[in-house]
Amino acid sequence: MTESPATKPANGDVCQRVKNGLKPDRNGLLKSLHRCHEQQPKHHCHPEEEEEVHAASHHGSLYNRSFIESFEETPMLVAVLTYMGYGILTIFGYLRDFLRHWKIERCHIAREKEEQKDFVPLYQDFENFYTRNLYMRIRDNWNRPICSVPGAKVDLMERSSRDYNWTFEYTGRVVHDVINLGSYNYLGFAENTGPCADSAAEVTIKYGVGVASTRQEIGNLDRHEEMEKLVAKFLGVESAMAFGMGFATNSMNIPALAGKGCLILSDELNHASLVLGARLSGSTIRVFKHNNMQSLEKLLREAIVHGQPRTHRPWKKILIVVEGIYSMEGSVVRLPEVIALKKRYRAYLYLDEAHSIGALGSRGRGVVDYFGLDPCDVDVMMGTFTKSFGAAGGYIAGKRELIEYLRSHSHSAVYATSMSPPVVEQIITSMKCIMGEDGTTIGLKRVRQLAENTVYFRKRLREMGFIIYGNMDSPVVPMMLYMPAKIGAFGREMLKRNIGVVVVGFPATPIIESRARFCISAAHTKDMLDRALSVISEVGDLLQLKYSRHRIQPSLARPFDNNVYEDIDD
Amino acid sequence: MNFKNFTEYLAWLYYQYLLITGIYVLEPWEKSIFNSILFSAIAMVIYTSYVFVPIHLCLTLQLSVMMQNYL
Repeated sequence: MTESPATKPANGDVCQRVKNGLKPDRNGLLKSLHRCHEQQPKHHCHPEEEEEVHAASHHGSLYNRSFIESFEETPMLVAVLTYMGYGILTIFGYLRDFLRHWKIERCHIAREKEEQKDFVPLYQDFENFYTRNLYMRIRDNWNRPICSVPGAKVDLMERSSRDYNWTFEYTGRVVHDVINLGSYNYLGFAENTGPCADSAAEVTIKYGVGVASTRQEIGNLDRHEEMEKLVAKFLGVESAMAFGMGFATNSMNIPALAGKGCLILSDELNHASLVLGARLSGSTIRVFKHNNMQSLEKLLREAIVHGQPRTHRPWKKILIVVEGIYSMEGSVVRLPEVIALKKRYRAYLYLDEAHSIGALGSRGRGVVDYFGLDPCDVDVMMGTFTKSFGAAGGYIAGKRELIEYLRSHSHSAVYATSMSPPVVEQIITSMKCIMGEDGTTIGLKRVRQLAENTVYFRKRLREMGFIIYGNMDSPVVPMMLYMPAKIGAFGREMLKRNIGVVVVGFPATPIIESRARFCISAAHTKDMLDRALSVISEVGDLLQLKYSRHRIQPSLARPFDNNVYEDIDD
Repeated sequence: MNFKNFTEYLAWLYYQYLLITGIYVLEPWEKSIFNSILFSAIAMVIYTSYVFVPIHLCLTLQLSVMMQNYL
């Protein structure tokens, strides 16, 4: 199952763990781009006895800092038990479906009316087998209403269910001061006090909340213009435009950029909005393995050599779509390599910085800042204001021509109602705070605090023996739970101990890789993190979640395998 | 894990059993169906081995003795 000896670091630069049986990344790109570079056998990665490679050193080729990412292999026994658990639950699901079908028990889900039974079914019957029979049983972990600002601590409405989660009742009590490890509040700007909230309130008094028109008509406020200028300045690009919804930014703008005869190369773990956008565009979509540059290069080459299927005409354009931080894996895109590839093969790059903007980089300017790259190398920069800025909406930034084009061609620019003024003001104030334009260093401090918290939290979890996915600098921390019952149990046990977490199961992750996802915030104090960590450790012992068979080890001397460019053949 | 007494340890073991088999999320009547099927299967395995294994062992022994005599 493991392919450890083959997990060689390319160029001694980067090495990454293989994800469950996938082929190891060998970063053919680095080699192909730098074939003339001498390999430096001094830099070693030491795969521990079995697999995992953690350490990576760097020499200033493409990365200006070490790029450490790990995806520890699922232990075989755990995988088997997980499948067994799903098997048992599936059997019981069939039993319940059988009972519902013969009207032995009451059916709570949507189904056709009696007189429409012979019509083409409106509700897919088997499609929601999972929702009906697995998700419903642990539904109390999701959709929980909160009744305070979702900052570092949050108040929850207590609720109970008498019919095993089919319906909920609110008891009227409030669970106070739950430590919030679930919100995407990376920089802690989700607050109801402070300069952001004050200025938003002021703007509300001046402009009101609703705009009641689109940007092209009477909905274009001076605040919008100011925000867009500020976003462009923040990102270091020529121009930017904002949209009222992050999801729509992706799903409506990709169709404006690509169409028939275009090729979209998409990472396999891209967000649903990107996938939807790519599908709506009508262009051909090819998917490369997650963060695997060899796979991407192979697709690019094929696209250029073969052109469009059947006609073999060259593609009109090739658009590479990647995300900055992948929200389920906690991994950071290998942007330097993607940019090198994009330049080499003359493709366009669409970078979705939904999670990374504000959360990565020394100045909080996203993954481009993190790697110290030139923002002009990315053709389309997309991001959201929903996360780090504590507001709502999304933006697209890039060259002036691009933005002008999108302003008149994108559906979400033409049809969407423009953003609410207080939201715009929140974005402006928080962004100015991060940039230090408000004359304080609060923003910079928060960016640093987030980086510190992230490193600390990840390190401690790893030491405790949990399996943690992703890049060491990513504030999204997925912790593996694997077994279906543990998804429910973990959420419940954590909440019992006053910690709010997000647990993620099948449709969002591969079936056996259920996980809990912690989102670290700059608003978390060290005490809170320590408290959360001790509770996680306690629950981890209770549920036996400490699956990891490794501890972090500094790189040790081991002969470095000097294999140079391996042709891509898988 | 530290346990105060044996009952607590047993409770923890049962909890692990619930989690690993996945029946933690099931409703009580489903749990009891699963448990009764599983435990009756185990009981039957134990019972059949109690009844038949000694006979099998005897026969094997006899056979080997016979073989030795024959040789």
